[in-house]
Amino acid sequence: MGTLLTPAFGTVFWATLSFLLALFILRKLAWGPILKALQDREENIQEALLSADKAREEMASLNSDNDRLLQEARSTRDAMLKESREMANKVVSDARAKAKEEASKEVELAREAIQIERKSAVAELKAEVAKLSIDIAERLLREELKESGKQTALVEKLIDESTLN
Amino acid sequence: MITEFAKRFAIATLIILGGVSLVVAQTESHGEGDHTHDSHDSHDSHDAGHNSLDDGEHGDFVAKDFIIPHIADANEIHFFGDHHNGFSLPLPMIFYVEGKGFDLFMSSEFHGSHETLTATGPNTGTVYIKHPDTGITSKGGESFYDISITKSVFGMMFIMTLLVIMLRSMAKSYSKRPGQAPKGLTNVLEPLVLFVRNDIAVPIIGKHKADKFLPFLLTTFFFIVASNLLGLIPFIGGFNITGTIGVTVVLAFAVFFISTVNGNKAYWGHLFWPPGVPNLVKLLVVPIEVFGMFLKPTVLMIRLTANMTAGHIIILSFVSLVFIFNQNYGEVAGYGMGVFSTLFMIFMYFLELLVAFLQAYVFTLLAAIYFADATQEAHH
Repeated sequence: MGTLLTPAFGTVFWATLSFLLALFILRKLAWGPILKALQDREENIQEALLSADKAREEMASLNSDNDRLLQEARSTRDAMLKESREMANKVVSDARAKAKEEASKEVELAREAIQIERKSAVAELKAEVAKLSIDIAERLLREELKESGKQTALVEKLIDESTLN
Repeated sequence: MITEFAKRFAIATLIILGGVSLVVAQTESHGEGDHTHDSHDSHDSHDAGHNSLDDGEHGDFVAKDFIIPHIADANEIHFFGDHHNGFSLPLPMIFYVEGKGFDLFMSSEFHGSHETLTATGPNTGTVYIKHPDTGITSKGGESFYDISITKSVFGMMFIMTLLVIMLRSMAKSYSKRPGQAPKGLTNVLEPLVLFVRNDIAVPIIGKHKADKFLPFLLTTFFFIVASNLLGLIPFIGGFNITGTIGVTVVLAFAVFFISTVNGNKAYWGHLFWPPGVPNLVKLLVVPIEVFGMFLKPTVLMIRLTANMTAGHIIILSFVSLVFIFNQNYGEVAGYGMGVFSTLFMIFMYFLELLVAFLQAYVFTLLAAIYFADATQEAHH
């Protein structure tokens, strides 16, 4: 039983040697790269998860952005429509006002022209009437003054009248 | 599919073990018979009454003489048969004789009668005598160092080589297939690496300090698991590497060395001047603590050795039962016991499979705890 419980010198010697050698080699060639690879992979997974989360968040914010943009565009369109409608109305009403003004001006002008025409017509008429009346008067006078007595009477009367003037 | 495979594997194991135990029982009982007979003669010649167990009938089966050589370290890898008719692989014997130099020869050089074997060193001319009870001595009384490659040393070197090859290929697979899922050998070994890192080192030592100790913990864990499993494979010489005290003493000393070298102020403070303990009690506590410092690795060593050896002893005891029943109660009882023993051995095999991993886990876990203790934060 002694051999079982006492460590043999040779065994200890070789065990130390091979253990240290294996430890050294494994540490350099195996554990280093393996542990690094495992850690890298874990970090990669962690990163991937985080970036997936981020992407999801971005997607959500993008969606809400889109909605917002759409809303904005819609309201802009509405505003533009409203504006254009207003503008159109204004243009129409302006045009109408202008037309009205223009028309009234025309009417005024026409009225003035009519007035002038009428005046001139009246004047002409007056002149005509005067001429006519003179003509008539002349004719009458001619008829009247066929007699000399009457001529003298008239002259006298006219002279009287003119002195009265 | 896996359960189908497991079923087939279990049945195959049952048949093989059953057959083997019967064959072994037959051949070994013959061999052992001759052996004890011969040993009796040689004992009688110079050392009468040396072994009271041998005093019985000739051909008596002595379980101890059957079991001990199977679990003890040896100078050759013994596959089957007895020393003369059997087949064993010789291993190199290396001796350093003080003042004379080295001797290197194969263990097959040893010749002689059954118990006492002699060989002459080719360089120093020293005559080495090998005896099962006294080990190797020199005839002329020269003092020498025995640094032979024994079975356990050979096994350890084999395991270490295997580990370097396997783990190197695993490391390469990561750079060969970066960012991809592991496959093949890497897929098998990776859970073990992750287990040691994530379930032993990191939770006990702490995330940052663990990196420093991980190579040692991983090497120890893999070495113990591989050695334990190698010891369970039959027909390859019955390796008992982790059951060899010379191997475990190295592992335990490494744990002791690392925790002592890395011991910080808080660790030594707790050891020699435990805070919050009355001075009188310190007189009592400090020697216990200091004793414990040496006791911890010692217990680590004994636990591993004893557990692995015990498993082998139990399995071998069931084999021995076959011989004993065969010898004492007749052949029928022997065969009957063979069936019974086989069933128990299968149970033991599965238990040993568990123990192989369990002991590696326990050793690594405790080593990690000692390292964590040595690098503890001052928390008072």
